[in-house]
Amino acid sequence: MYKIILSFRYLLKRRISYLAFLAVALCVFIVVVVMTVITGLVRDFKDNNHKWVGDCVVGTESLVGFAYYEDFIKRIEESDFIEGVSAVVKSYALVRGRNSEESIGVEIMGIEPVKHSRVTGFGETLYHRKNDVSKAFEPAYDPNLAGCVVGIDRWLVRDDKGKYSYEVSPVEAALLVSCFPLTTKGALAKAGTELVNTKTFYYSDTSHSGLAGVDSSFIYLPFEEAQLLCGMAGAVKRVSAIHIKFKPNVKLADGCERVAALWKRFVEEKKGEKQAELLDTVTVQSWKDYRREFIAAMEKEQTMLTIMFALVGVTTVFIVFVVFYMIVSHKSKDVGILKSIGVSKVDVIELFSCFAFLMGLLGSAVGVFGGWLFLLKINRIEDFLFEHFGFQLWDRTMYAIGDIPSVIDLKVLVVIIVSAIGACLAGAFLPSWQAAKLEPVETLQVSQL
Amino acid sequence: MEIDKDDFILKAEGLYKSYRMGEAKVSVLRGVDLAVKKNEFVAIVGASGSGKSTLLHILGALDRPEKGVVSFEGRDLSRIGERELNKFRNKMVGFVFQFYHLLDELSVLENVFLPAMASKSIFGWLGSRRWARGRARELLCELGLSERANHKPYQLSGGERQRVAIGRALMNEPRILLADEPTGNLDSATGNGILKVFEKLNRAGQTIVMVTHDERIAQKAGRIITLADGKIKRKGAEA
Repeated sequence: MYKIILSFRYLLKRRISYLAFLAVALCVFIVVVVMTVITGLVRDFKDNNHKWVGDCVVGTESLVGFAYYEDFIKRIEESDFIEGVSAVVKSYALVRGRNSEESIGVEIMGIEPVKHSRVTGFGETLYHRKNDVSKAFEPAYDPNLAGCVVGIDRWLVRDDKGKYSYEVSPVEAALLVSCFPLTTKGALAKAGTELVNTKTFYYSDTSHSGLAGVDSSFIYLPFEEAQLLCGMAGAVKRVSAIHIKFKPNVKLADGCERVAALWKRFVEEKKGEKQAELLDTVTVQSWKDYRREFIAAMEKEQTMLTIMFALVGVTTVFIVFVVFYMIVSHKSKDVGILKSIGVSKVDVIELFSCFAFLMGLLGSAVGVFGGWLFLLKINRIEDFLFEHFGFQLWDRTMYAIGDIPSVIDLKVLVVIIVSAIGACLAGAFLPSWQAAKLEPVETLQVSQL
Repeated sequence: MEIDKDDFILKAEGLYKSYRMGEAKVSVLRGVDLAVKKNEFVAIVGASGSGKSTLLHILGALDRPEKGVVSFEGRDLSRIGERELNKFRNKMVGFVFQFYHLLDELSVLENVFLPAMASKSIFGWLGSRRWARGRARELLCELGLSERANHKPYQLSGGERQRVAIGRALMNEPRILLADEPTGNLDSATGNGILKVFEKLNRAGQTIVMVTHDERIAQKAGRIITLADGKIKRKGAEA
């Protein structure tokens, strides 16, 4: 008990303790803020990818696509672990306005909006048709026209604060979409003729997925129209991918494994049939693997930041070490007194470790509280800095980031607090050991006072 | 612990101790023999540097001799382990130092019950806290410090601090009280007050070994032992 009492008193009554305490609190504050922001960004990015893809993708990178998708969809829809399935046509296209001479390259995605919204978050990304996804491809100004949904960054410009200036209702605009249809062998289907399939679509809505790459390059088209444009609507129809959503109680890895097993069996059954060789290019991937090249880059940045802050932690260990070294030097008399009343070496180490633990705990508490307060106001602080000094953490006209993430992740918080306490204990260990080794007669001698 | 047949509570035989001072080796104790009976009040006198404090530290197991044996109630202290030695310092011996050596961060009351707290785990302490506080208050009352219980050591006079140190030394009802120049840092009137406390304690049956360089103060003890050149010169007759 005396260890706790003395630890508290050392912490409160020794000014030098405040230095270590402040170092811990400041370090925790910085790490909480930075890790919350970066973890939030990574989490949002992953969530947005998950929402955009669904749980699992059975698909091919080949622009030719693969056949017999309807048979496979029918089969997996019978499985008890499937919530929804959506066939998707993906390809590249050239797009230009009706009165424009300039074409731009885009990616097109042919989907059935209702089915796709059951599997992904597509419906939520819409602005005008958010509440009626079935009309996503029906322009409000003329529902009979073939509509298209445009990635928001292709259509609207963000202001300095990252907000889009949405129209009250979609403006009438015609987009000419040209695709190069391919044969099952990957050759141009219209070689020697006009090469491309072109169709006019009318702007019906924007899609804001929160993924910069997607929102700036994708145009969503009605599924069958996209199939026709890409030359996939032949006698044996083809698609690029099947997006799947699992029932809520199904674990991602388990679900993907089951789909992969079903796909393997399906491919075996289709062997020898027409265009069956296209099935060999198909892979079954979880959403994480499907978007790995994008997610991995973010995770790498997060890892690098974590390493950088681990180095900050090492600095804290050193500060705590120096402070404890000084405290122990000042407190050698106390060690002698304690030993004269029967306190053991282990008890002395425990006393200073308890002191270090309290320093870590209280420093963390103050750092976390400060970090929480700062994060609570971080967006307002950024707004203030932008309005008065033109400073912005991320240029919103360039980065697809809305508000700065400010929700503290409990797991991250626990790791930070445990690390801070661990750093204090590590910094205090050597001085504590040194104190434990002190002989009482040396410290209580008159010449030592 | 078994009691020695000749009723000595503390016995030292052939104690040797030396220190290194640079290249030179300084012999402080050169074959000291000493025996203290139960309920005795022994004063060890000697000039500065004669080895009095070293002897006291060895008797209280704060230091180890290079040669020789210290036995407490018949038990050789050099043969007991670290854990038992800590227990011995906590339960059997009470130290009073010249410079009081109180913990500045604790109140007077906490300083007094510190030895009781140090020997208990958190749960053990929670169980005996009430008793320990009561005992500490009782001691402070006997030492005339009831009003000072919640003060900090730096708020007390030298004499008061030394009385707090005595209270702490007596907290666990030790078999022997070892005092190293207990009046050395006090004026004569305050020092006399401390000696009166010792006399009172001794009358109540407390065994005391006191180190002092002042013959006048040593006269208050029942027996005087003089230490010179690392050896015991003369053993005083019992009072």
